[in-house]
Amino acid sequence: MGPKRDASAFILPVARLDELFAALRSRGYACVGPTVRDAAIVYGDIEHSADLPRGWTDDHAPGSYRIKRRSDNAYFGYVVGPHAWKKYLFTPERRLWQLQRAGAKWERTDPPVEVQKYAFIGVRACEIAALQIQDRIFTGGQFVEPNYAATRREVFVVSVNCTQSASTCFCVSMDTGPEVRGGSDLTLTEILQPEHCFVVRADSERGDEVLASLDLDCARSEHSHAAAVGVDHARRQSRRLETAGLKDLLRRNSESPQWQDIASRCLSCANCTLACPTCFCSSVEDVSDLSGDHAERWQRWDSCFNPDFSYMHGGEVRRTTAARYRQWMTHKLSTWFDQFGSSGCVGCGRCISWCPVGIDITEEARKMREAEGVQS
Amino acid sequence: MASKAADVIGTQPLLPQPWVVSEVTRETDDVVTLTMDPGSGAAPMVFRPGQFNMLYAFGVGEVPISISGDPAHEAQLIHTLRAVGFVTRALCALQPGDLIGVRGPYGSHWPIEQHAGRDIVLVAGGIGLAPLRPAIYHILSHRDRYGEVALLYGARKPDELLFPDEFDAWRKAGIQVEITVDNADACWEGRVGVVTTLIRHGRFERTAASAFMCGPEVMMRFAAQELENQGVTPDKVFVSMERNMKCAIGLCGHCQLGPEFICTDGAVFALPRVQRLMTIREL
Ligand SMILES: Cc1cc2nc3c(=O)[nH]c(=O)nc-3n(C[C@H](O)[C@H](O)[C@H](O)COP(=O)(O)OP(=O)(O)OC[C@H]3O[C@@H](n4cnc5c(N)ncnc54)[C@H](O)[C@@H]3O)c2cc1C
Ligand code: SF4
Ligand code: SF4
Ligand code: FES
Repeated sequence: MGPKRDASAFILPVARLDELFAALRSRGYACVGPTVRDAAIVYGDIEHSADLPRGWTDDHAPGSYRIKRRSDNAYFGYVVGPHAWKKYLFTPERRLWQLQRAGAKWERTDPPVEVQKYAFIGVRACEIAALQIQDRIFTGGQFVEPNYAATRREVFVVSVNCTQSASTCFCVSMDTGPEVRGGSDLTLTEILQPEHCFVVRADSERGDEVLASLDLDCARSEHSHAAAVGVDHARRQSRRLETAGLKDLLRRNSESPQWQDIASRCLSCANCTLACPTCFCSSVEDVSDLSGDHAERWQRWDSCFNPDFSYMHGGEVRRTTAARYRQWMTHKLSTWFDQFGSSGCVGCGRCISWCPVGIDITEEARKMREAEGVQS
Repeated sequence: MASKAADVIGTQPLLPQPWVVSEVTRETDDVVTLTMDPGSGAAPMVFRPGQFNMLYAFGVGEVPISISGDPAHEAQLIHTLRAVGFVTRALCALQPGDLIGVRGPYGSHWPIEQHAGRDIVLVAGGIGLAPLRPAIYHILSHRDRYGEVALLYGARKPDELLFPDEFDAWRKAGIQVEITVDNADACWEGRVGVVTTLIRHGRFERTAASAFMCGPEVMMRFAAQELENQGVTPDKVFVSMERNMKCAIGLCGHCQLGPEFICTDGAVFALPRVQRLMTIREL
């Protein structure tokens, strides 16, 4: 009898990683994933494994993010970067239509609904949760965003289980990670022992087909064990968000003095909303050329921290930073449930790392809870 | 790798259709009523009283404006708008024959049909009479289905009253029309004061009445309070809310009022759903 094998988990040797990308490319997918650019790990085009952040990791703390070298050659040895996958599905800027005025007629050029066929490489569990949240927003309601829907349907998700957490991570509190549970086509766990390789599992028919084409060896129990140990390691998170009663806590506290306290620190810069993988707000801009006969409408990411966001004739509804921060945090942790049936926060920690003054949503929620306890 | 998918996904929801302005009526110094017919490619619009359209002025921008015409006349579209900024000024400057971009109709409506058999109170402030006018037209066409009907309307000044030429016809149809203005000179013989003060003059059965309100948020808050004081329960009161809107289809996030998307959950709400939200400052 040979060593014990796990019939559903396979081993992708590091040296064969490029075969995975080739298999995806031959099926028409453009691979996009983590790559090092400008001292950050961001999402961009991935041609081969050399484009990945091999040997890099990241340090996170409130208001700070820094990448640094690892002592090993792990490809996915970092946690999260400033980009979210939403940029591929809900693009930061998009032309909605063009109009040409010719005499008493308008000629409208409707943009084609463009389907990009992407393979997302290295999607984390919390990021899958964020994608599923945006799916509900853009495709689950009365009106469907056709570009999002068309591109999203084609996405091939190659996810990676986290084997380490950053100090800013709190996916365990939000029940979104660190282990991938669904929403993935192929799921990898990178292990360094007994040898550096990926434990691979197919989680969809598409995934099965790609996996079969790679003709990999089954994982042995020591591989599966090493993968499980890695995920357990990531599960140990010091940051927590107490979610029990959180929705109602924020609902009750719309007039809490805490908002003033936060506003005295918040710069209203909108970094948190831009980094957040679930924020979905957008605005439009109408432009026309010098002749005045050609007009276009552009859609761009917007943020509830922008003063104009709530502008009505006569002024902004949310004039103060306190009101804007309240909108952001209450939306994420409370009203999102009413609108979309889940929390709007997946615990990725980006808003904490990329806040220039280190405002921490988990800490602010804790203080809100405490302040209420003191008052009552 | 890019391919067309319009066939599988359906149409883009954000495209304005061209309508042709057929008539421009100047109501007051800064309010204009536009009547328009479908342009080439645009279909007549079936709408319910209280719904709105996104109106687009070429190259300038697009804003939410309620429909102010008769829902029974779908071949024509009528909007009444006040020039307050870039887009509304451009729209108010349109001339007969000009094109205007329209998409809609959007949002919820006055549940006027569901409240047949009851007394009806319409409370309007300023431009707020425009979104209520389709409900008035509906009542006029089905007058026998309703009990007492009262329109309580307040404007800032006498020359800012909208649709004064129609008041007589409405009164003849058995609608009590009560008017008040905030400020007036000596020539004005009518009432002076806020619209809330008209409620006690309304001839309607307090416990058998449904109220529809449109106007500034503070006005609606006080009027709702006064109606409740007089015995109209909040679940029989409906208000039309307003926030910045960019998409009108629940996707851009701009119109949020707490958990509500005003564009798709509203703009018309049963009062209990928004009563608490209306008291929260800068929400
Ligand atoms: C559901 C609904 C129905 C409405 N019905 C009517 C109506 O029947 N008649 C009427 O005269 N007005 C109506 N309004 C108000 C009208 O939309 C605003 O007056 C208009 O948007 C002002 O745009 P502007 O560019 O002229 O003003 P600016 O002050 O130049 O505004 C710049 C931008 O801010 C936004 N904005 C400003 N004010 C508002 C506002 N009050 N509501 C939403 N977005 C705003 C718009 O995107 C606008 O393009 C309605 C608003 C809503 C939400
Ligand atoms: S937090 Fe602000 S920017 Fe993000 S989705 Fe909510 S309203 Fe939009
Ligand atoms: S609110 Fe912060 S922690 Fe939560 S999903 Fe958004 S960026 Fe991540
Ligand atoms: S106007 Fe865009 S969500 Fe309501």
